[in-house]
Amino acid sequence: MKDMNIYMTGVGGQGIGQLAEVMIRTCNKAGYSVKGVDTHGLAQRGGTVVSHLRIGKKVHTPLVPPGQADIVIALERLEALRAVHTMMKDGGKVIYYDVQYQTVDNRLGDIKYPTIDEFEEAVKAKGGEVVRVFRDDIPDPRMQNTALISEIVKLGWIDGFSKELAIESLEELMQGKGLEKNLELF
Amino acid sequence: MKKFGELIVQPDPWEGLIMGNHALARAMFEAGVNVVTTYPGSPTPEIADAILTVPVDKRPLHFEYATNEKVATEIAFGASINGHLSVVFFKSVGLNVASDSAVQLGLMNMVGGLVIILGDDPGANSSQNEQDNRHFARMSYIPTFEPATPTEAYKAFLEASKLSKKYQIPVILRMTTHVCHAKEIIKFGKIDTTEYKYEPIFDAKNGPFLPITKSVFPLKRKAFTRISSMEEEAETSNFNKVYSPFGSDKINGKRLGVITSSMPVLSLLENLDEVEKPVDVLALNFSYPWPKNKVKGFLEAHDEVIIIEELDRIMESEIKSFAYDKEIKCKIYSRTDSEDLMGELGPDRTWKILSEIWPEIFNPKVAQKASEFNNPRIPQMCPGCGHRSAFHAIKQALPKDAITVGDIGCHSLGFFKPYNMGEMLLSMGHSSGTAAGLSIGNDKRKILAFIGDSTFFHAGLPAIINAVLYDHDFTLVIMENGTTAMTGHQPHAGSGEIGEKISIDKVLESFGVKFIRRVDTYQQKKLTEYVKESFDHKGFSVVIASHPCMLKFMRGQRKKDNYVPKHVEIDQNTCENHNVCVEDFACPSFIKNDDGKIMVNEDLCIGDGSCKQTCPVTAIDFKKGEK
Ligand SMILES: Cc1ncc(C[n+]2csc(CCOP(=O)(O)OP(=O)(O)O)c2C)c(N)n1
Repeated sequence: MKDMNIYMTGVGGQGIGQLAEVMIRTCNKAGYSVKGVDTHGLAQRGGTVVSHLRIGKKVHTPLVPPGQADIVIALERLEALRAVHTMMKDGGKVIYYDVQYQTVDNRLGDIKYPTIDEFEEAVKAKGGEVVRVFRDDIPDPRMQNTALISEIVKLGWIDGFSKELAIESLEELMQGKGLEKNLELF
Repeated sequence: MKKFGELIVQPDPWEGLIMGNHALARAMFEAGVNVVTTYPGSPTPEIADAILTVPVDKRPLHFEYATNEKVATEIAFGASINGHLSVVFFKSVGLNVASDSAVQLGLMNMVGGLVIILGDDPGANSSQNEQDNRHFARMSYIPTFEPATPTEAYKAFLEASKLSKKYQIPVILRMTTHVCHAKEIIKFGKIDTTEYKYEPIFDAKNGPFLPITKSVFPLKRKAFTRISSMEEEAETSNFNKVYSPFGSDKINGKRLGVITSSMPVLSLLENLDEVEKPVDVLALNFSYPWPKNKVKGFLEAHDEVIIIEELDRIMESEIKSFAYDKEIKCKIYSRTDSEDLMGELGPDRTWKILSEIWPEIFNPKVAQKASEFNNPRIPQMCPGCGHRSAFHAIKQALPKDAITVGDIGCHSLGFFKPYNMGEMLLSMGHSSGTAAGLSIGNDKRKILAFIGDSTFFHAGLPAIINAVLYDHDFTLVIMENGTTAMTGHQPHAGSGEIGEKISIDKVLESFGVKFIRRVDTYQQKKLTEYVKESFDHKGFSVVIASHPCMLKFMRGQRKKDNYVPKHVEIDQNTCENHNVCVEDFACPSFIKNDDGKIMVNEDLCIGDGSCKQTCPVTAIDFKKGEK
């Protein structure tokens, strides 16, 4: 089992906390020793929200050092791009859910919001691999994080990160209708 | 699976994946804590969240959200001198508010024990500064633990409460943001379920508790004696240990070591794993008072030592002066670049420090090239936030040269584009005092100050009373949203969740405020008028700009079975691209396409409709077909 740095990012309110919790629990169930840390507080108000996850034996700090992420998981395109520039290591992998939340600067026309092409260029420039996820069968935007999880299962980037274990984690975190709807995404 | 609220008080030992703050709550139950108080502030609010998952009738301790950190500290003190093991916790700057009382604690006997948990914030992730509260510990003679991981935080709390009871001394547990929020597997112990009988055992003979002239010196002498006993505890404490992962050989004829504490311990261990060289690390996580013999031994065993601590050079100056007195030969290096005295010291940053001193071991790597990226995402008020309506409306009433004074809370975000309101900030509740100062000798420029409702009760009142007494000429806008929003919706005196709601209006009336207006912020025109009126009023005036926190409201709505999402839409035939909604009102739900067309992001829009009135051609309306 390889040591791995996983960096998750999105915009406050998108459900990064839940995504991070499913990731860390599932990796733990898959037999990795895990350390993680989330952002809380101010940034949740429409700012960038991130979570760090480090798996493997030789891990001390829970924080992924800049430019050292093996995998970036993003819930939004601009945040995916930011993470590719600042956190992804050369030759890293990125999976992102392709929604676009404009910033104040984007809306005021001061800075442009990145296009898909610009994003993919940036990943290529660092020799990375990119997977875009977008599904039109999602009834509630707060389920986009589960759509990513189900895709991560299929990609097999993390040994042992199986559908069964991911579902087990979800079942620990949700109940009732919400859970059912999320499970349908697998 | 057991619910979290059951697990956290489960008497039997268990093991789980858990965050530092939650582990502290478990530690409190295991330690048999009786009284816990706090005022919310990042990075510590999740400690309270965890305690509150346990229903009151099953909660084996008394918990209170106090009006502010000073009150919280005093409650914990009062409970402790009555024999109850008490805990008070708050964020870094909370100690500034608490300090007038907190600095006395180290002088007195905490009969039942008292642990102070501080959430310091190196990196200022969610604070107005990154003050190093280890200074306060020294100023008030309070022993301090600085855990590096959630597991260590849990263990340090148990140890702190044990020492506190044994010596009747307060003990500080200094957490930092990413220790509070780090998650890992922790093995917990058991909880003693014997019911605690509250007996009010206060006796002045257990003191003195009154630091007047005559007792000040004896109290201080005692504080020194106690700190010496703590030093002995620190000598044998498991929290102070040497790591030699790659042995203790010489490198180029020299033995090298690092002295550190808290999170940087982990960073250094990462660095060592990378070089696999015999550099020893002395971790002092029971950091004040630090163990003199252990440190002496470490210095004497090494030819060169670097002291790397997060933020200020506290241990460094103490250890250097100690080494000078003891004539220890070891060469002690320090951080010389002032940049290294700021922010968190992750592995990349400790590496940089090491590489400047021992470049032959720690390669001064080509500086990690984080490529240029400039497309910032500044935090914003939520869709539907009443504060946004308030800023938009108040802007229409402001003369160009008006001065606006910000305060702490979600409404601090008004400073950012496009509102640019609230141009200065010191601390919670500063705004009325600062505004009063700005009004002196000033009959030219209008002054408008903001304050949130939790802050009003927390630290706002004294300055407001002062403004009434001198009738300082400014307008105070109270941004009332019925909750302590920014820190996660904790109750406050005016929210009606703890006892009966205390009315801000009545408080102000009783002070004798002559101009008071109240308005729901969604009535933007009326709010604009009130603010204009308040400017015409000579002297102190108050406008209460009220609207419930919509984030909290929506969380409640979404939980309901019959919840149906609502949105607004833009009639593209009517829209003339005045762009007021997207540029001036600037709700994040509006998107501007490259062709200039304005759209609604339905993932974000909550259909509150506060934007409708901002459109000069009424192109915005509730979405057809939705109720
Ligand atoms: C002394 C101090 N204690 C706590 C905090 C943490 N804090 C930041 S914002 C905030 C909320 C203030 O609530 P309120 O005044 O109601 O404003 P709102 O966020 O609801 O708009 C708090 C408690 C702080 N910054 N300083």
